[in-house]
Amino acid sequence: MPRRKGAPEVNAGSMADIAFLLLIFFLVTTTIETDAGLDRMLPPMEPPEDNVIIKQKNIFTVNINKSGQLLVEEEIMDIKNLREAAKGFLDNGGASSGSLEYCSYCQGKRDAESSDNPDKAIISLKNDRETKYSTYITVQNELVGAYNDLRNREAQRLYGRDFTAMETEYLNPETPSSVRDELKDKVKRIQELFPQKLSEAETSRNQ
Amino acid sequence: MSKFAKKKDGDLPAVSTASLPDIVFMLLFFFMTVTVMKDSSIMVENTLPNASEIKKLEKKDRVIYIFAGKPTREYASVYGTETRIQLNDKFASVDEVGSYILAERAKKPQELQNVLTTALKVDKEANMGLISDIKQELRKVNALKVNYTTFEGDAFNNLQ
Repeated sequence: MPRRKGAPEVNAGSMADIAFLLLIFFLVTTTIETDAGLDRMLPPMEPPEDNVIIKQKNIFTVNINKSGQLLVEEEIMDIKNLREAAKGFLDNGGASSGSLEYCSYCQGKRDAESSDNPDKAIISLKNDRETKYSTYITVQNELVGAYNDLRNREAQRLYGRDFTAMETEYLNPETPSSVRDELKDKVKRIQELFPQKLSEAETSRNQ
Repeated sequence: MSKFAKKKDGDLPAVSTASLPDIVFMLLFFFMTVTVMKDSSIMVENTLPNASEIKKLEKKDRVIYIFAGKPTREYASVYGTETRIQLNDKFASVDEVGSYILAERAKKPQELQNVLTTALKVDKEANMGLISDIKQELRKVNALKVNYTTFEGDAFNNLQ
């Protein structure tokens, strides 16, 4: 056997291939950061044709004044209690058990003076022109959170998983369409149990 | 055994640097892909508020952005310190919002024109008066789907 000088050079010809392999791996796995936020629907400009009369007890009024204080159902409330108050209102199910509007899945107090059922319950949010945007977002977040909490509860009961998780998976474009079709019905069903009725009145200047 | 003994002869071989360019290119490509290019430079202060009940904005091609906030320091001398709206690369007044939305909508492909979302990137110090005016304008042009873009976090941090 001939004696070699030092170690033989490692063949680096395939290094580029390995590099490209890694590159492609990162390309596929890295998701570019996406923006996130609170999704809201604005009311259309034209009011609906039929003028429905809404009972006062089915409306949950939230007023924000210019210094960020809350007036909920004519009472001053701390923003931290808003979520529970909104949940109590939405989940009330005040309609009597014999009537057509009876809410079978509600777990609230069934107070006749509060909302009849979640389908009828409307949250009306009003703010001053000088309200700070951050306060407004906090209130919006709490109200959306109240809806999400109730929807999660129902989704856990019916399907054994959170509504928010199902919705995220449904909205994710990477979810295969077979899974999405299945989720669509479930998401719709939960949304019908607690429809998001959040009305935003035009802002008032003097309060 | 003698096979192994032979290797100990001679000096330590130099590490081959032939693959160094590949590694460098790999890193380069990696950073190229993860870096998000800014569409327009933001000329207003843009500290978004925090929220926890957020949804992701998928599909960037379906989003129209509206910025609002106080002009940053370099623009403050010209545009003042009142909260302003920024559309694309310039400051705009409230009544320009509608036409901007219509122009942006016309740029998108036909099939996307009905599913557009308007992302409102508003500084947390802004007043709701301006936001209400923007919302009113959006309603006029029937751009009803809005997203208040926020950071993920505890919403009560906003109040401090």
